Amino acid sequence: MNGLFAQNAYLLISLLKVAVVVLVLLTGIAYLTWFERKVVAHMQSRWGPERVGPYGLMQPLADGVKFLFKEDPTPAGADRFVYFLAPFLSLSLALCTIALIPFGPGEISIFGRSTSLSIAEINISLLIVFAFTSLSVYGVALAGWASNSKYPLLGSLRSSAQMLSYELGLTMSVVGIVLLSGTFSLRTIVLAQQGTVLGVLPRWNVFSPIMPQVIGFLCFFIAALAETNRVPFDLPEAETELVAGFHTEYASFKFAMFFMAEYAAMVTVSAVASVLFFGGWLSPFPENPAFHFTYYLPAALAAVGGVLLIVNGLRYRSKVGRVVVPVLGLILLLLAATCALPGVNPVIQGPFWLLSKIFFFLFVYVWIRGTLPRFRYDQLMAFGWKVLLPVSLANVVVTSLLILLREKR
Amino acid sequence: MSPSYLSDYAPLLIHILAAMIVAGALLSLSVLVGYRRPSREKSEAYECGIHPTGDAREPFSVKFYLVAILFILFDVEAIFLYPWAYVFRDLNPGKSLAGFYEMLLYIVILLAGYIYLWRKGALDWNR
Repeated sequence: MNGLFAQNAYLLISLLKVAVVVLVLLTGIAYLTWFERKVVAHMQSRWGPERVGPYGLMQPLADGVKFLFKEDPTPAGADRFVYFLAPFLSLSLALCTIALIPFGPGEISIFGRSTSLSIAEINISLLIVFAFTSLSVYGVALAGWASNSKYPLLGSLRSSAQMLSYELGLTMSVVGIVLLSGTFSLRTIVLAQQGTVLGVLPRWNVFSPIMPQVIGFLCFFIAALAETNRVPFDLPEAETELVAGFHTEYASFKFAMFFMAEYAAMVTVSAVASVLFFGGWLSPFPENPAFHFTYYLPAALAAVGGVLLIVNGLRYRSKVGRVVVPVLGLILLLLAATCALPGVNPVIQGPFWLLSKIFFFLFVYVWIRGTLPRFRYDQLMAFGWKVLLPVSLANVVVTSLLILLREKR
Repeated sequence: MSPSYLSDYAPLLIHILAAMIVAGALLSLSVLVGYRRPSREKSEAYECGIHPTGDAREPFSVKFYLVAILFILFDVEAIFLYPWAYVFRDLNPGKSLAGFYEMLLYIVILLAGYIYLWRKGALDWNR
């Protein structure tokens, strides 16, 4: 048994990491729906989910159970195999990209073996990320085609054309990053962003001294919004014109799977944006002893959150809430104590900053949804082809020229 | 190709399998436990509550094909840009700007095609 473990330790540790990441991602997706509903509600002076559990915290679970038990009629004349394949493809592809994200610089040891803080360390991880994101169009196209209904077909055609058009902007906007760092490995791209600009700003690619990739980032983020079919580019789901777009004929958990795929894509796109443009796991503070106190930031945040939860929870209006919310607060306090331990503290810095950046981008996603109206379809296509493509191409040319001018002298 | 090079991909493969298992499990679970009482009306395609008229798989606008063709054209351009960006510093050794001018020529040729398309109105959805 021991020999078997020694031989396959690498695979077993990978399996463990995969299990942890997939579970965290699935829970994250579920609570992202809660977060989005809450934030959009508060932006519109509503309360959002309130009834299921304290602060509506059990809402994602209730939704999941409800989706599982709902009836799931297959439309007559639907291509059954493709009809089942489409949500399966959507969800499994959307869950895959996270495997390539590096979560931290160091190595942790599990069972006495050290392993890096990412699932797959591949030298062309950036290309594989794009491979997965471009495959996501299949889920949409197949769903619309298989349903044998007019609205889904129209929705999926629109959606495929939109995703194809904005994929160009997405791939072109990242060429600037590849030029700056000269590698396809996400880990090396992050490592190339260490240091500071002018002693204050972190030397992330958006603030790069050679050519700040602000335009590249804006192109990337706009294209990412369109790729994940989010407002203001949510035309495939334009309720007022197309009922529900490509998933009109889907019910029950297959419908939920399309939503999970959309939220998973949001998470991974935010992660990729932070890695490429915002220094991934790097802290925004300069790496010197004067800023060592920032290492206690995660612990302090968790402690403040825990205390707030306990104080508010003891006054919660329902009896269950008065028990559950303080317990959650205690768990957070425990987490804060763990984060402050000298052995744990340096290890969690990387994941903490990456997760904070991902969370920031997710908030921006929701914020945009609460603010902007939907594009008209011809405006959408015109923007993708006439603005995004030339601008990101110009960004490539200018970046390469500036690299030559600043590095050759 | 060394074995260690291939073993880099093993964790990714495990992850893909795990994602497929999760998606497959959710799909089959809802089929197994879901409520089911099929009827002819329920399985009709949704068309705002009336009986669907005609076949859904009718011919659709040719513009979607045009978008697909243009996408392939410009995506190939992006594919050429990636390896160029990767070896950019090696293409311009010392003071030479050879690598930059070569790609500039390539981009200008493509830009000519892009302007032609724009003038022809291939990028206008309303035409």
